[in-house]
Amino acid sequence: MQARYLPYVLIAPVSVFLGLFFLYPFYLVAQTAFYDGAGWSLKNFQEVTSYWKFPISFKNTLWLAAVVVPIQLALALLMATMVNAMKKGRDLVLYIWTIPLGISDLAAGIIWLAIFEQSGFLNSMMHGLGFIDRPTALISYQNPALIFVAIALAEIWRATAIMLVILVAGIGLIPKEYYEAAQVFGAGRWKQFVRITLPLLRPSLSTALVLRVILAFEVFAVVQALGGTLFPVLMSETYAYQFELLNGGAAASVALIILGISIASTIVILRVLRVPKGATI
Amino acid sequence: MTMAASAPRDPRRTGRYVYATAVFLLCAWVLGPLYLLFVNTLSSPEAVNSFPKAYVPEFNFESIEFFMEFAGMTSALWNSIQVATLTMIMSILVGAPAGYALSRFDFKGKETFRILILLTRAFPLPLLALPLAVLFIRTGLDDTIFGLALVHTTLAVPFAVLITFSLFSGIPMELEEAAWTLGCNRLTAFIKVVLPLILPGITASAIFAFVISWNEVFAAAVLTIENRTLTAFLLQNLDTSALHLKFAGGFILVVPALIFIFAVRKYLFAMWGIANR
Repeated sequence: MQARYLPYVLIAPVSVFLGLFFLYPFYLVAQTAFYDGAGWSLKNFQEVTSYWKFPISFKNTLWLAAVVVPIQLALALLMATMVNAMKKGRDLVLYIWTIPLGISDLAAGIIWLAIFEQSGFLNSMMHGLGFIDRPTALISYQNPALIFVAIALAEIWRATAIMLVILVAGIGLIPKEYYEAAQVFGAGRWKQFVRITLPLLRPSLSTALVLRVILAFEVFAVVQALGGTLFPVLMSETYAYQFELLNGGAAASVALIILGISIASTIVILRVLRVPKGATI
Repeated sequence: MTMAASAPRDPRRTGRYVYATAVFLLCAWVLGPLYLLFVNTLSSPEAVNSFPKAYVPEFNFESIEFFMEFAGMTSALWNSIQVATLTMIMSILVGAPAGYALSRFDFKGKETFRILILLTRAFPLPLLALPLAVLFIRTGLDDTIFGLALVHTTLAVPFAVLITFSLFSGIPMELEEAAWTLGCNRLTAFIKVVLPLILPGITASAIFAFVISWNEVFAAAVLTIENRTLTAFLLQNLDTSALHLKFAGGFILVVPALIFIFAVRKYLFAMWGIANR
């Protein structure tokens, strides 16, 4: 009897935990979002989407993800292939490159604030090179493009490591024989990368992309630290609804909108990078 | 740069030179901003707010002292440590048995369970904090260390399951079976044979859970009011606090992360390799 029921006993704690703190809260979010005090309605969504800030924060969130994620993917692929070819110092380089993995988004925002604030290092450098006489406010409502660049840089700096780790692990799973065969047939490094690494890396690529895209839609603390209210995103709207406007229903509807775009992009990524049935490495 | 790193047509030496430069530049890209934060933290408040900036730290600890004496900061720091420690313990206690079950047994519903675990990664989890805030007020868990640790455990536990699953899978079943034939039962075999082998890996995934909680901002800000964690406290005071306070706070946030990543670096790839599937 023991061996038969043991696995269920072992997974019971996690199942109960996730049921209580993962599935149930999502049910509650949906309930709050679709409930307007009297019955089921879309009133919360109408209120949220007709607010003047909504299109801006929606656009900001999507644009940020659209710019940041592809750069991170390219950078992580580059770093992973470089690490793979490395003989000496691989461990040290990998440690350095994965440091941002442990750094919180808030800390990353503060780090890049040190560079972009008015008396910060970017202004100091430009002053030192003689481009400017006096420090100018870089992060202000007059420079929306620069705020975007600062946030994008901080995000790329912070969150490329997570993709790197997944991709390095994935590349490690590709049998070396494929590359040897390709070399025998005279394929160059680039061709090997395009024809072997990329296709066989699809499971890792989809894991990395799903994780990153979802985190990109959740961007919050980096934006708060660097842009504050100058750069509204969906997550900061949720926060503002909950705390400044004390409107739980509206906060829940923005949360559901974030959830919606997360699920939609997850499905798209999984579809595009699907490994054909029966094909294995 | 991709071409340079992998193009065979270049003369060998130039290729290697470009490759080394690229590695160096990417290292500088990661370390440079961190260095600038350290410079700011280890300079006096006056130097932090002055212009132009020096590129070497003064090794002046006034900013750090100011940070430590700032009202509410030490208690926020202490709250962060407590929440992260609790999260670490709970996610291992809850997650590791499931990891063991996944690696050792074939049971009905295994796939469903795996999908439930993987599903958590396809959802923006910090948003859970919104309904839980209401629920916690009803149950008296609002604004408590334990309540926040529960939410952080939800963030960390899927990782704990997947990581321990991969760790347990790396230990041959035969070892346990040999112990059974020598008179151990399932439990004693586990304690005497598997546990010593798995302990370093368990420690690594515990540290990972600690870092997840330590770094979490949104749920912490939503669920705590009086008992703010360090991230929530810093976030709340972003608009009003002085620059040197922000930088010292960022520094305190970063240092444990650096140590932790160093401690778990051997396991990072083992963890993620299997988590892919």
